Amino acid sequence: MQGSSWSLRMKSITVKTDNWTYPLFSFAHLTAMSPAVDVSNLSHHYGDRQALKDLTLSIQRGEIFAFLGPNGGGKTTLFRLLSTLIPIQRGQVKILGLDVGSQTAAVRAEIGVVFQAPSLDKKLTVAENIRHQGHLYGLSGADLRRRETEMLERLGLADRARERTESLSGGLRRRVELAKGMLHQPRLLILDEPSTGLDPGARADLWDYLTQIRRQDKVTIVLTTHLLEEAERADRIAILHEGSLVALDTPDALRATIGGDAITIQTDDPEVLAAAIGQRFDCAAVVIDGAVRLEQPDGHQWIARLVEAFGEQINSITLGKPTLADVFIDRTGHRFRNSEILNTKS
Amino acid sequence: MTTQTVNPPPESAASATAACHPRPLLAAATLCHRELVRFFRQRSRVVGALGQPILFWLLFGAGLGSSFRLPGSEGGGVSYREYFFPGTLVMILLFTAIFSTISIIEDRREGFLQSVLVAPIPRWSMVLGKVLGGSLIAMIQGLLFLTLVLVFTDDVHLDVWQLAAVVAFMFTIAVALTGLGFTIAWKMESTQGFHAIMSVFLLPMWLVSGAFFPVPSQPSGAVEWGLHWAMRANPLTYGVAGLRRLMYTETSAAPLPPQTPEMPICLIVTLAFAAIMFASSAAIARARTKGDLL
Repeated sequence: MQGSSWSLRMKSITVKTDNWTYPLFSFAHLTAMSPAVDVSNLSHHYGDRQALKDLTLSIQRGEIFAFLGPNGGGKTTLFRLLSTLIPIQRGQVKILGLDVGSQTAAVRAEIGVVFQAPSLDKKLTVAENIRHQGHLYGLSGADLRRRETEMLERLGLADRARERTESLSGGLRRRVELAKGMLHQPRLLILDEPSTGLDPGARADLWDYLTQIRRQDKVTIVLTTHLLEEAERADRIAILHEGSLVALDTPDALRATIGGDAITIQTDDPEVLAAAIGQRFDCAAVVIDGAVRLEQPDGHQWIARLVEAFGEQINSITLGKPTLADVFIDRTGHRFRNSEILNTKS
Repeated sequence: MTTQTVNPPPESAASATAACHPRPLLAAATLCHRELVRFFRQRSRVVGALGQPILFWLLFGAGLGSSFRLPGSEGGGVSYREYFFPGTLVMILLFTAIFSTISIIEDRREGFLQSVLVAPIPRWSMVLGKVLGGSLIAMIQGLLFLTLVLVFTDDVHLDVWQLAAVVAFMFTIAVALTGLGFTIAWKMESTQGFHAIMSVFLLPMWLVSGAFFPVPSQPSGAVEWGLHWAMRANPLTYGVAGLRRLMYTETSAAPLPPQTPEMPICLIVTLAFAAIMFASSAAIARARTKGDLL
């Protein structure tokens, strides 16, 4: 319950921004700049299914901001709303001060969108894809050619310009997608699961590029991901679970909320052991993914205590610093495997 | 604390450095260009859309040639190949226009459409690009057939003015049919669904347009009456009839079926057909629904 009260606190800070919380408000006012993204009371449903529930948060300019969550958590819906792909049903979204519902065209001119599903025309070459994209954004002539050359060089695609995109690898295609998204020099880049289908090398390239455009072009970057390692690289993370915001902070601050070390015990009968530990030490031990797990300060001392008390039942015991996976488990009761979030309840 | 009520002026900051200035016509032109490039890179489409009508024209011309007699004409007058010619032209336009609008389903499934949908362009410019592209592809095929017939056969004779009029009229029909295809295809999830529509609606529409056989002039019995009125209500009838009339502007004794509508009516109906189909495409694409997604 510690987690939910914390997340409520986080929510209330952002809710209050519009009304009276002074420091955040005055910051926005002094710089004469609205947040890159300002979401208030956003809800969305598909038929009976509620995909987003009363979401409120704001993303500052220049941030790299990650929405982390399992599939079905509401990330994709949020991405579609931010990218203007689907209309807003309830609540409000402002991007760079522009209302997404009523100033859709203006918003579209300001944002770059990189989809998870490829948006390239496979029958066209890399250069042709870029050129069509430029025309869609009102660019033409020498200006477009200059930007095209610049984008292709910057993304290491110059020697592939005449190849059809159907012949490119997944990593190269994603680079062309990035080139498309950044061609009109948007001030906000929105990416849906950008690392999906990329090998580690291509993933590193992607992040090099993202940090570079943030630094050089002052682009705000908003991405969705279900990969913890990717979320770790963001300035701030919002964890979405079943359509609600369950946490929002920097990766370090989120980990710090766990307060202590994470101890994981492999045993034959985890339920029994968890109950026994709870009874003996009067602490919360839970079963997650077939293992007993507890969070305590001074974990090394706990290990000694636990081995002494339940030695014969313990197959292995590990001590770790809390990770984002632990934060997620703490807030949602869901588990991770291979650093991806699973949908099933533990 | 008066500052609390003053909103920061983000809009001015946003518009001052707007990333780009969208140009709807440029966007339409680029989407149209893309259609053409894609068409020529998929050879099978070129062959399919042109090969079948040519085969039909030659086979039906040969098979029905001896038994066909134009109502109202005393013996001979016009060969079936000659009668069937405007219908074949319209068939080529129909097939090509329809197949090129099917590509909107592929665009959606393959993901290309999503980047168009979030681009800062009005939907009508996307529709214009698609319809224009489809119409031009249809025109290329139609003109190819026209050229083959004019050069290699003795069935059809057109002077330069007639040719120009035929081309302009063909283009209007092509726009109408591409718009019709777009309207049907926009909400479709699969190309299979489109094929069903093709065989129960589009092909019959062509069959009862006077392309294949003339409108029954003195209908007797319910079936013939039904056919008579179905053909008169079918906007495509006026397209076929318009092309047929344009073939014979030079002669007073044109071998026309008795029920052929007058040229001004053909022109008005066909122009209206094109305008309405384009408007309906734009309207259906403008509604943002979850149907915009996969």
